[in-house]
Amino acid sequence: MTNSIDNSPASSRNNSPMSHTEASTASSTTEKVALSLKKRHQKEKRFKSIGLFAVLFGFMLVVILIGDITSKALPAFHQHWVKLDVNYQSDWLSVDDSSTQQVLAKQLKSANYRKVLKNSVYQMFSTSTGKKLSRKEKRQLFKLFSTNAEFTIKDALIAAPNQLNKQVTVWVRLDDDVDSYLKEDFAVGEAGLRITKQQAMWLAQLATEARIESRFNVSFFTASDSREPELAGIKGALMGTLLTMFVTLLLSFPLGVAGALYLEEFAPKNRITDLIEININNLAAVPSIVFGLLGLAVIINLFGLPRSAPLVGGIVLTLMTLPTIIIASRAAIKAVPPSLREAALGLGASKMQVTFSHVLPQAMPGIITGAIIGIAQALGETAPLLMIGMVAFIVDVPTSIVDSSTVLPVQIFLWADSPERAFLAKTSAAILVLLTLLLVINVTATVLRSKFEKK
Amino acid sequence: MNTIDIKQNEPSQVELNQVELTQTVGNIYADDAKMSIRNANVHYGDKQAIHNVSLDLAKNQVTALIGPSGCGKSTFLRCLNRMNDTIDICRVTGQLMLDGEDIYAKELDPVLLRARVGMVFQKPNPFPKSIYDNVAYGARIHGLTNNKTELDEIVETSLQKAGLFNEVKDRLKDPGTGLSGGQQQRLCIARTIAVSPEVILMDEPASALDPIATAIIEELIDELKEKYTIAIVTHSMQQAARVSQHTAYFHMGKLVEMGKTEDIFTRPSHKLTENYITGRFG
Ligand SMILES: Nc1ncnc2c1ncn2[C@@H]1O[C@H](COP(=O)(O)OP(=O)(O)OP(=O)(O)O)[C@@H](O)[C@H]1O
Ligand SMILES: [Mg+2]
Repeated sequence: MTNSIDNSPASSRNNSPMSHTEASTASSTTEKVALSLKKRHQKEKRFKSIGLFAVLFGFMLVVILIGDITSKALPAFHQHWVKLDVNYQSDWLSVDDSSTQQVLAKQLKSANYRKVLKNSVYQMFSTSTGKKLSRKEKRQLFKLFSTNAEFTIKDALIAAPNQLNKQVTVWVRLDDDVDSYLKEDFAVGEAGLRITKQQAMWLAQLATEARIESRFNVSFFTASDSREPELAGIKGALMGTLLTMFVTLLLSFPLGVAGALYLEEFAPKNRITDLIEININNLAAVPSIVFGLLGLAVIINLFGLPRSAPLVGGIVLTLMTLPTIIIASRAAIKAVPPSLREAALGLGASKMQVTFSHVLPQAMPGIITGAIIGIAQALGETAPLLMIGMVAFIVDVPTSIVDSSTVLPVQIFLWADSPERAFLAKTSAAILVLLTLLLVINVTATVLRSKFEKK
Repeated sequence: MNTIDIKQNEPSQVELNQVELTQTVGNIYADDAKMSIRNANVHYGDKQAIHNVSLDLAKNQVTALIGPSGCGKSTFLRCLNRMNDTIDICRVTGQLMLDGEDIYAKELDPVLLRARVGMVFQKPNPFPKSIYDNVAYGARIHGLTNNKTELDEIVETSLQKAGLFNEVKDRLKDPGTGLSGGQQQRLCIARTIAVSPEVILMDEPASALDPIATAIIEELIDELKEKYTIAIVTHSMQQAARVSQHTAYFHMGKLVEMGKTEDIFTRPSHKLTENYITGRFG
């Protein structure tokens, strides 16, 4: 291959001095081009296949990653519940059933539901097996159920107080270890599952009586973080993330676009603007944890804004995102053809009118792309938020930007660090939620962008 | 062939040096001047692009600016509505007057000036908006009218004057960028006249157009001069001869000769002008 290419210029060089006619030079040009053409086409083919390989490889990695996370996350989306025959005996509850309705309602709120749960369960199992349970067995039996079970039966009674002194069926959650055991179908005692042989037998018995049911895990989306894996949910972190992103977007987008517009359209071109430009570029490369330190030192300690709040998180992430948005916006503004500005100026538009009715709409698609890259970065950021205390264990769902809260990536970090087996699936599920949020943001941006491009 | 050409040009370089010493040949004055420029000098940084140019733009007449590429025609034209203000390194000195008012006076707002002195560019540059909005834009920003029917009327008459209305009347909502090159240029002219300026500056308005579109624009210029004072830069001798009443010949930033168009094209007084219009130079 290489030989023939190497030979060809030599041979044509030899030919040309001998034949002086125009026709021969023309044909040798054709030959040369034909020869180099082959080489060029080969180069093109090679490049195409490398590119295709790169795309396919990247796609494959993404598929593997998403597939792996999804398969790990699936167990987190359902949860096992058990049907119990609960006996709301007033002496177990230690309420006085002869008192008036109002007093009774008050008493029911602080009644001893744990005793009801325990005694109901002991009753169920001692009658079915026909013998009395030992102390150890009682303890093991009670451990099958979520700590939340007593609140479930409490809520059931308060919703329908006429069930007092009656036996009714109530569905309650199983404990997370039991849940994991049922999901994974593991042999007893294996893989660190804390299930005894006796407990496994009880579960088998409950299953044959069709008392166990797998349900969609609603509380994963409606609850906040908890020490108990079967109760822990994503809502608190999700709300924290949404509030933080709201603050970030609200601050960084207008500031970034205004800064870029000023630098491109209004600022005099001199040393100071050059210096600002260099510094903005440098700022984009500063490690994000530094912004976290700044947030701690200035925003919390100096200005006294609340710790762990989305407001502070948003401000810190704004500092981080701002350079990205400014740089992308400036590039987009620069790309607006000068003829468009001249057209408007020539008609007597003021600088402001040119900027806002011609330059900005034209640059908008590029600006939105930049903003999305910045927001996506901020969405996955953990380090600076650790510095300002957004890593705390927070059980309440934040409702405003000054409430204590955490964010999705920090929640993922916290769960990944937890020893309970059930948190493994929760971690993957939280990652899925984060990725979905990212997807939603990207799709929104694409829709917005195409809207601006159509105009 | 080529070498002969270059030799022919050399004497004209010598003559150019004489131009520096002598004044512009011909008549730079107009009886009824809309704009008068006296001793205009333009610098781009350290480089001088216009040397001491003085001329009048006669009211309701067409003045053609001709000359070889890079001689400063666009630069000069852009001084007349202060478009050069947007170029940081550009400096303009001298007296430039519109109806006896100095347009570079401190208290004069360039925005107001550009509403009075409109400009059509070499490359059609419609806004990426509808045809209607393109034409209505100037009237809107200057607050010429708040009334929808009045605005419709302005748009229609402007498009009619630009000879475009019949072609686009059914698709005023379509984007202006979707028109052909010639239609776009006429749209830009319509957009300029919608503001009712007093002077229209045109920088090679037909350079990207085919002969038919060019003919339409030339016809249009001829009609427009009834209402407006027009200065047009062109590379086509024929075009200058067809549309203009006065012609100014620029050479390397200097105004070499100016006069009535028929005089310039039939009996130029300066050797450089003669060389240029007979096609031996430039
Ligand atoms: N923005 C600018 N910055 C620096 N120099 C410029 C600028 N614009 C024009 N010049 C210089 O000024 C001189 C005149 O340019 P101008 O564009 O006015 O020429 P012209 O006669 O319009 O040429 P053409 O017929 O090719 O359009 C040229 O030497 C050019 O290099
Ligand atoms: Mg020009």
